[in-house]
Amino acid sequence: MNNQPVFTDNDPQNELVTLNLGPTHPATHGVFQNVIQLDGERIVSGVSTIGYIHRAFEKIAEHRPFYQITPLTDRLNYCSSPINNMGWHMTVEKLLNIQTPKRVDYLRVIVMELSRIADHIICNTIIAQDTGATTTFLYLFQFREHIYEIFEEVCGARLTTNIGRIGGFERDFNEIAFSKIRKFLKEFPVALKEFESLLNRNRIFIDRTAKVAEVSRENALSYGWTGPLLRSTGVDYDVRVSDPYSSYEDFDFEVPVGTSGDIYDRYLVRNEEMWQSVRLVEQAMEKIAGEPKGIFHADVPEFYLPAKEEVYNNMEALIYHFKIVMGEIDAPKAEVYHAVEGGNGELGFYLINDGGRTPYRLHFRRPSFINYQMFAPMSEGMLLSDAIINMSSMNIIAGELDA
Amino acid sequence: MAEITNQELINALSAKFGGKVSGFDEPYGLLTLETTKDVIINVLTFLKEEAPAKFNFLTDITAVHYPGRKHAIAVVYHLHAMVQRKRIRVKVFIDEHHPEIPTATGLWLGANWMERETYDFFGIRFEGHPDLRRILNMDELGVHPMLKQYPLEDPNRVDKKDEYFGR
Repeated sequence: MNNQPVFTDNDPQNELVTLNLGPTHPATHGVFQNVIQLDGERIVSGVSTIGYIHRAFEKIAEHRPFYQITPLTDRLNYCSSPINNMGWHMTVEKLLNIQTPKRVDYLRVIVMELSRIADHIICNTIIAQDTGATTTFLYLFQFREHIYEIFEEVCGARLTTNIGRIGGFERDFNEIAFSKIRKFLKEFPVALKEFESLLNRNRIFIDRTAKVAEVSRENALSYGWTGPLLRSTGVDYDVRVSDPYSSYEDFDFEVPVGTSGDIYDRYLVRNEEMWQSVRLVEQAMEKIAGEPKGIFHADVPEFYLPAKEEVYNNMEALIYHFKIVMGEIDAPKAEVYHAVEGGNGELGFYLINDGGRTPYRLHFRRPSFINYQMFAPMSEGMLLSDAIINMSSMNIIAGELDA
Repeated sequence: MAEITNQELINALSAKFGGKVSGFDEPYGLLTLETTKDVIINVLTFLKEEAPAKFNFLTDITAVHYPGRKHAIAVVYHLHAMVQRKRIRVKVFIDEHHPEIPTATGLWLGANWMERETYDFFGIRFEGHPDLRRILNMDELGVHPMLKQYPLEDPNRVDKKDEYFGR
């Protein structure tokens, strides 16, 4: 109730101030422009302008064979690129009816859950940073670095990973990668516990976040919210549970939900999801120990690029390599929609194939784009400083917003 | 809860709309149907509020351009019944020279930006939309770039012919 603009009849300064928040404002993490009307410190109205880093990925994708689209997906939500990569591979595998071995699924779960942790670390530490708590930011952020070291070990890249191939991974996880994952599983819970004890019952943090930017579940559903944002309002929708992919049905984990959808609830939901992701990675490590070693891709030579040594030394691999690269193997004529639970919501791929090797049409259902829509309407009546942390807590990633 | 089959949905839709809904298909288990633009809002309302599975969630709106067909632009809606864990895809084929279709913003607030994006890239005018402006492209662009007649790269370039790259 206290978030309503206050107008009086005899206000000597009853003019509104127009503020261009963005495109490159230091308080917004990314390229976001909001032209807002301010009455003192309260926002009266706002208009979001987006598209500053639009790169026409959907158009480019119509001219690229499937395996060249993976690097485009890296650049959607670049805070958790492996989830995008895996989502794309699974879309193509669904189109081609490729069954991946269980070990591949579990390796994928490890990679996806680690990137979910990295994604949530960014969001939650940034909320803390924007409410003035720099310590927590520096404290937990180093674990994002450790996750990137694991990715580096698995695929050689850190941020835009291009991890995996259609059918599996380009190479098996090596022993260093596994030992880094085990080290992470030992050290991260300690740090996350300390992170929580610094913030969860922190009076200043609660005053800044609780009951700020509350969202009803009806409104959240109407606006198409998904992911931690929707769950913080109390709707227990998670793609991993409702449409399990990559053998998520084999795992035991919980879907945390909030009640009021305010910033504090979003923070708590993300924290709990990090705990659940740790559980998932632990379970995946156990399950992998029981699977036959050395299997890291499905046996689909028509679509899985063979290893370079094979190409140079083996006639059959050379032929497949040539056929894949020159596009002589056609994919079925079909339409497929596949969704994965991305860092900030349901990341969907709507792929229409006309029988060729490039998509006839590829549409990304980008959670950031759809979630961000509510930002300007919900900011009305809010304090400017609250709107800033509201944006941080929505975890909007500019690359995914603008595609 | 008993699972709702695609056949039940097809029966319910056919009983309600008769010949206005057609082209039922189930690629990869996802029920797909076609309808016409004069009943699209009725179909979406029916699916949202009355159908055996209540498709309360609008996952996505997008479009596809099929040059050469009589109705060359398909507007595609993906709906989701979260409780029954079902998805459905609704398509409307419209004329590419008069691309007009009623807006779904009355049913879902989230349709606003999805329709703006579709307008931006395909030039489809959503009648009744509160704020139909370009969203990702610049206002001065002048074309709707996802239509198939617009090439990805400058067609006069000789060093980047698709055939050299096997595409």
